[in-house]
Amino acid sequence: MPRRYLQGWHRVIRAMDHWIARALLGVTLVAALPAAHSDEITIAVASNFSSPMGEIVSGFEASSDHRVRVALGSSGKLFAQIRHGAPFAAFFSADQDKVRALVAADAADASSRYTYALGRLVLWTTDAELAGRERQALEAGKFRHLAIANPRLAPYGAAALQVIDALGLAEETSTKRVVGENIAQTYQYVASGNAQLGMIALSQVFRDGAITHGSGWLLPDTLHHPIQQDAIILKRATQDGKRTAVDAFWTYLQGPEAQRIIESYGYRVAATSSIDRGPLNAE
Amino acid sequence: MLSESDLAAIWLTLKLAATVTLLLLILGTPLAHWLANTRSRWRGPVSALVTLPLILPPTVLGFYLLIFMGPEGPMGKLTESVGLGTLPFTFPGLVFASLLYSLPFVVQPIQNAIEAQGRRHAEVAATLRAGPWDRFWHITLPLAKPGIVTAAVLGFAHTVGEFGVILMIGGNIPGETRVVSVQIYDHVEALEYAQAHWLSAAMLIFSFSVLLALYTLQRRRAASGWRYGP
Repeated sequence: MPRRYLQGWHRVIRAMDHWIARALLGVTLVAALPAAHSDEITIAVASNFSSPMGEIVSGFEASSDHRVRVALGSSGKLFAQIRHGAPFAAFFSADQDKVRALVAADAADASSRYTYALGRLVLWTTDAELAGRERQALEAGKFRHLAIANPRLAPYGAAALQVIDALGLAEETSTKRVVGENIAQTYQYVASGNAQLGMIALSQVFRDGAITHGSGWLLPDTLHHPIQQDAIILKRATQDGKRTAVDAFWTYLQGPEAQRIIESYGYRVAATSSIDRGPLNAE
Repeated sequence: MLSESDLAAIWLTLKLAATVTLLLLILGTPLAHWLANTRSRWRGPVSALVTLPLILPPTVLGFYLLIFMGPEGPMGKLTESVGLGTLPFTFPGLVFASLLYSLPFVVQPIQNAIEAQGRRHAEVAATLRAGPWDRFWHITLPLAKPGIVTAAVLGFAHTVGEFGVILMIGGNIPGETRVVSVQIYDHVEALEYAQAHWLSAAMLIFSFSVLLALYTLQRRRAASGWRYGP
């Protein structure tokens, strides 16, 4: 390369211009080529499912050209956002009610509705003295506070209340119950030692077959209605032209890899998709 | 319309806000006076500490208070050793947390009002042999009154609207820790929007009326020659 070619800033700048133009062209080509096949979708996910969803999304992205962004929040908040135009392609609720309401409001594709996880409850403590004797402590009233999630807001809270009723402890515990706004807060009440016992989601303290910290009594699911978490594809996905991507995600979600991830967090997976049992208090 | 539990939440909120405002005026006024006058090297650090609660998001502050006041936390150990038990999930716990959270809203207006007076009034009084307590009670406080009123209004309003901290340490116990903001949030999350609207409207109208009454009162006093500063 002749030496004088490099002299003078305008030449350098022109050279850079060429380089930038070429780079831009390259990026445009790369972006344009798979455009017909790949999309980015945003899905709304109830906070209690954030960890398994993180793994599921990684697995899906590794096997697909599509990209998934996850918006976390409580089901009630996400529901309100969806009803007011949030650009979500799908909704993973912590319950069935909100999904049902979206179907009724014609905002979701009813045929896509799917029970992606069945939650399980555990009576959990971080108090070493209660380890292994959580049930006896609960029944004997040997605790100052029992934390449950808000039964009005959280399906885990509604189930916890059913367990308390089924064990005949509604009265004894009525002044000792403290109510977390959601299942994460309920966990914090117990983890910080302010409540000696708490009924939380098994998925919060469970990895690959064991409770990771503290100890707990896995509550028999005969004591409460199933905690069914439903997901649904929103009509918005079709409007935004993202239906292909979200359908691919749905297929992955129901495949063995995603099911294995969900189970490793202590959830059960539904044998059949979406079992509608109606509102919890209907029976 | 408003349900019985809504009314209970309103009553609890007013009780909390009144208690916190009263305590903050009692604790905050001497603190503000000290901050306005001191030349101590602790002035900067103490000012910063007073303002610090504004920085952490309320739910995060509430989370740390939950640990701090819990059985493993330093304050929890202290309250347990004197037989008070732990403070989360109790009304006194809410009062303590709100004191901390509303502190800057009370201290700063009073401090500004005292600083705006300058030292002259107090110095003149001192030449007339008024002692420190006499000067504080009869000169500084009356002159700082508009600032104190502002502090009381801000402290009260801020406690009425407080949500995040209480959500974390309250435990949502009816009549004990379930305040209006938490109740509204519950309604919204449970998709009971109509009830949420009613309660929010009641809260807004009430707060607006209180603020309007106070500001009108203050304006009238100012117009009748009763003013801020020297």
